Amino acid sequence: MPRESEPDRPLEFLAAVKEAAIAALVAFGLFVLLIGIRTEQGPTGALVFTTRFGTLAAIVGAVFTATLLRALFWREVTGSFGQIIPAPLKAAASGLSTYAAAAFLVFAVIVPIVFYGNRYLLDLGILIVTYTMLGLGLNIVVGLAGLLDLGYVAFYAVGAYSYALIAQYFGLSFWICLPLAGILAAFGGILLGFPVLRLRGDYLAIVTLGFGEIIRLILLNWQSLTGGPNGIPGIPRPSFFGLPFNSSEHGFAATFGIPYSPTHRVVFLYYLILALALLTNWVTLRLRRLPIGRAWEALREDEVACRALGVNTTTTKLTAFAMGAMFGGFAGAFFATRQGFISPESFTFTESALVLAIVVLGGMGSQLGVAVAATVMLGGFEFFREFDQYRMLVFGTAMVAIVIYRPRGLVATRTPSVSLREQKDVPASIVRDARTETPA
Amino acid sequence: MEYFVQQLINGITLGSIYGLIAIGYTMVYGIIGMINFAHGDIFMVGAFLALIAFLVLVSVGVSTVPLALFIVLLVSMALTALYGWTVERIAYRPLRRSFRLAPLISAIGMSIVLQNYVQVAQGARVKPLPPLVHGGYTLFEGNDFAVRLSNIQVIVVITTLVLMAGFSFLVARTRLGRNMRACEQDLKMAALVGIDVDRTISLTFVIGAALAAVAGLMFLLYYGVVDFFIGFLAGVKAFTAAVLGGIGSLPGAMIGGILIGLIETMWSAYFSIEYKDVAAFAILIIVLIFLPTGLLGRPEVEKV
Repeated sequence: MPRESEPDRPLEFLAAVKEAAIAALVAFGLFVLLIGIRTEQGPTGALVFTTRFGTLAAIVGAVFTATLLRALFWREVTGSFGQIIPAPLKAAASGLSTYAAAAFLVFAVIVPIVFYGNRYLLDLGILIVTYTMLGLGLNIVVGLAGLLDLGYVAFYAVGAYSYALIAQYFGLSFWICLPLAGILAAFGGILLGFPVLRLRGDYLAIVTLGFGEIIRLILLNWQSLTGGPNGIPGIPRPSFFGLPFNSSEHGFAATFGIPYSPTHRVVFLYYLILALALLTNWVTLRLRRLPIGRAWEALREDEVACRALGVNTTTTKLTAFAMGAMFGGFAGAFFATRQGFISPESFTFTESALVLAIVVLGGMGSQLGVAVAATVMLGGFEFFREFDQYRMLVFGTAMVAIVIYRPRGLVATRTPSVSLREQKDVPASIVRDARTETPA
Repeated sequence: MEYFVQQLINGITLGSIYGLIAIGYTMVYGIIGMINFAHGDIFMVGAFLALIAFLVLVSVGVSTVPLALFIVLLVSMALTALYGWTVERIAYRPLRRSFRLAPLISAIGMSIVLQNYVQVAQGARVKPLPPLVHGGYTLFEGNDFAVRLSNIQVIVVITTLVLMAGFSFLVARTRLGRNMRACEQDLKMAALVGIDVDRTISLTFVIGAALAAVAGLMFLLYYGVVDFFIGFLAGVKAFTAAVLGGIGSLPGAMIGGILIGLIETMWSAYFSIEYKDVAAFAILIIVLIFLPTGLLGRPEVEKV
């Protein structure tokens, strides 16, 4: 890009100041009432307000400075951005990514050994792997089949409530309930899939959102079955193939002759969810090689072409919904047994948005990306725990920023499902993508 | 019978509010084919702006309610419109040429941002406002049940009618309206014949947000409470209204809004109040399946 000659500099500066002033004015308009004034309920119950003009001035000042700096220096930064990373390093990085997955997996396996004494980190690990699993499940629907599902949490809820209710009413063990929860959730997926078969992209998204909310509202209001807002307490904990994790004679510790420790259960839960997540990943990988998996990816790229080539879009969509839902159901059953208590509050739209954000951030369709995104996001949430009230704000901003600046996600390579001789990664940016075309 | 008429009045009032929000959805969808998921939260921001503006006005001594309401309406429309403009500028415009679902994902992110921004700035508690407009008329009485039409309901319905008339005029008769209709038909072609497409889209968001602000003020007056979460449900219901009326169609949005308001009110009155939101979502799904073009919409042609 040719640089402007030096004499233009003052003009350029003036323009930048003008731009910054306008941005500051807009910021002032946006924030003057909502940030400059804080309403509270006073002692009499009526609203009173206090002013916060200091904060307002600081924010407007920050917007002014940021816009000014951006207008003055952004071009230089972006201009040289491409050359910052030298080519050999880039090549090395792409070579590294082949091993990244393996390294990531090894790390995931040894976490409980390394951090055995650290209950907090183990719990965080379980959380991350749970969301990885949810992300992998949703990835089948969104990433592979290209059907935007905003109500994925419904299947998570169906799985969790299936396990809780079956265990409560029939006393079946976790290992019998797990497949049942998966089957019931898959059934839920088909139930949702049937009516929405004809819908296109964003209509589909809204209907799935509605479906998720309907499930939540039913759980909330069907007091006699689900306990309504009070939820279901006392859900049985999982056992190690029949050996409970307690200090009794028949417990896990006594049977193996080791001293009892409550950490055993946490470690077991960790490996359980890791195994489930790996199962999800493995099944997805295998499915991608089957005709049905290829049909999913073809459907994502172009539905009309798919139909023209004789792909049965009905069954293709239904299986995608059912498979995705089934893994959501597994994760739900795991969630119920880990928490020991579930209530509709755990299954709000925010959860769906979080899982969707993980899939999108991870680069839709990339399994490694999902794991990386789940780690970054939930790790980030924990990291900013002190700023609890700001974290959803940051989360939303990140979602917008990623879609704008890295629309292919954090891991922007997609391993082609079909290749002639050798398997090699293709940077997603060089693949012509039917999705980039604007709708007619 | 009296009970039914009363519910009819309540339903139309509620439906007017939904209709005003639905216009924002339908216009944006008509022009750029995206669901502006953050629109419900724009409505919520509008309600908050109205609340705060009113408190400030009272504290500086504007005590006549009609005057205060008029100023509040203008302030909240202007500032909410600014929000609409900013959201479009930051979150949607850079995505014009991105993949198809990108704007929707960005809109979901924006919706989360707006909700949590208001929560952080104003707290999570419900904000009450004492009733400002009192009085009303008793239409007729019978069987120990008086059918009442409150002044606030009159204000809501009349404001909606006036705005709808003004807005229809804007779309049908003005230069901006012509540009909007041209953009709706074909963005590229509109740009080729010299219409500033970006500006038209921006103005569409501005108008939609201003109407949502009016809806926010009406909601505040009618219910007397707001919190940061009202935008989600109101947004989904207004979207349902837009779809029911036929997305892209302005009278459709209004008719859809009133129908949704009526269905919700009747459902609460005769069936169960707990499941009124389920009813709204179920209608959305049923309409999309059996009547995807809505009542007044044009069928969409799928091009390869």
